[in-house]
Amino acid sequence: MSATTPGNMAYTEKHSHWRRVLSPTGNTGDAIFRLLMLGAGLLVVSIVIAMVIALASDSMLSIRQFGWGFLTSSQWNPIKGEFGALPFIYGTIVSSLIALLISVPFSLGIAVFLVEQAPHYISRPVGFLVDLLAAIPSVVYGVWGIFVLAPFLRVYIEPPLAKWFGWMPLFQGPITGIGMLTGGFILAIMVTPIISAVVRDVLSAVPESQREAALALGATKWEMIRVVLVNGAPGIAGAVILGLGRALGETMAVTMVIGNRPEISASLFDPSYTIASAIANEFTEATQDLYLSSLVELGLILFLVTFIVNGIARVLVWNVTRKTGGVGRAA
Amino acid sequence: MTSLTAICTLLAVGILLVILAYIALHGIGSLSFRFLIDSPRPVGEGGGIGNAILGSLVLLGLSSAFGLPLGIAVGIYLSEVGKGHFAGVVRFIVDALTGVPSIVTGVFVYAILVLPMKHFSAFAGGVALALIMIPIVARTTEEMLKLVPHSLREGALALGAPQWRVTLGVILPAAASGIATGAMLAIARVSGETAPLLFTAFGSRFFSTYLDRPIASLTVQIYNYALSPYDEWHAQAWAATLVLMTLILGINIMVRFLARKRF
Repeated sequence: MSATTPGNMAYTEKHSHWRRVLSPTGNTGDAIFRLLMLGAGLLVVSIVIAMVIALASDSMLSIRQFGWGFLTSSQWNPIKGEFGALPFIYGTIVSSLIALLISVPFSLGIAVFLVEQAPHYISRPVGFLVDLLAAIPSVVYGVWGIFVLAPFLRVYIEPPLAKWFGWMPLFQGPITGIGMLTGGFILAIMVTPIISAVVRDVLSAVPESQREAALALGATKWEMIRVVLVNGAPGIAGAVILGLGRALGETMAVTMVIGNRPEISASLFDPSYTIASAIANEFTEATQDLYLSSLVELGLILFLVTFIVNGIARVLVWNVTRKTGGVGRAA
Repeated sequence: MTSLTAICTLLAVGILLVILAYIALHGIGSLSFRFLIDSPRPVGEGGGIGNAILGSLVLLGLSSAFGLPLGIAVGIYLSEVGKGHFAGVVRFIVDALTGVPSIVTGVFVYAILVLPMKHFSAFAGGVALALIMIPIVARTTEEMLKLVPHSLREGALALGAPQWRVTLGVILPAAASGIATGAMLAIARVSGETAPLLFTAFGSRFFSTYLDRPIASLTVQIYNYALSPYDEWHAQAWAATLVLMTLILGINIMVRFLARKRF
């Protein structure tokens, strides 16, 4: 403790404003300590700023060449030097929407079951198992996707879809098991633990008094759950958007099952391509500067979109879980 | 309606068990001691994933060396030091960083490290993984530090200790087990990352511990083998997946039991 500066009284008069901000106690060790921790915080902020700058500067070539047309052109032809991102944007959005369409009802069901219905000795271990789905790496989902899920969909799911709903353009064309639908399915499995975990937190944060009030007014258990769901609606919306952010950026598993063809096709059976999988697949092959620059611009688009999507989700979830923090139900 | 929600839950757990069962069944066949220590060989000659296991360990070591101290420091900043608007900005950025797709992290590290150095390297791979670790470690550290009762801080300060000693000597040790769990989960998380390694660490077919050269990793090897046209390599991809999942599930389950002991 040799670092202690004597004379706290004199210090307040003598030292500058910044010194006081860094060390309210006038202790040199404190000043160093606070400076170091502040430095770590600053570093994280500057990493994100550096990301934007690095991605933007490396995609300048492509931005200058194509301008906004990059987003609306569907020509992706490295040999001719034509680069348009529309097929990737389309593939990313549609595969993520399929994922949410399948995953959201399930995630809500899981969260309601674990928070509202199951007794403690069931919800704890089962909740852990559901969380474990999120611990499985993307590439492992990919391996399982190619060798198990894709053949399963090809044999058991896609033929009936084609038979019953074949009049819709969505379910026409050759059935291979590799394509948009399989990509959406694997994404659905991957985002379910994420959405359901956040919804569980949100439901747990709804005050117990809401449940008691609903029950006291004569609501059935199910009507009471509806009250809880309505109360947590903004947080649930946040959870879904968080899942969307995750699905948009998911790379390996999707790359392995979506077919990787830069075409926009109405049929969900056809191969597609996402922004993330295009980067993963073609980055090391890109020999021309413009090609590489276009791929970096895809990365920039993905970064900005996921950043905004996650920001919205965080604000929605924070509002619910922080406002009522502490008085909700123990999860 | 209870049965409907129960079915949703059962289905999710069922899918988990199906995935794990497939990995165990397909993976166990090609698994042997030789497979764990050998380096890859051409199709038909066997070979193993020894270099990939070594490479993954090197990458994990590197990323932990960068990511853990920095993540913990950011966590301390958020919980103990930072006040006001800037702390809010840092917290928001850390959260947003958690949501950055790992492939974008890979592109970023390619732009700032691989391009200037003109070749792929284990170092770049370690940095990419560290960038993914930092926000995870920072948030768990912040939460764990906030769980430490305020009276402990006041007590230590009242005894005349300066803030840095209170934080490093009293608060941090009190939250140590929670921070360690967070760190282990972060390591489990990055050990499964593939996308950020594709064009940073790149991959290699040889044993290597050089930080300035491309290095193999379990995940990239699984990816390459799974997409190859050879049945033998498919089998090896399953076996490597089994090894990876054993590591990741092991960490997760261990953390679960450690956490239970604490509360």
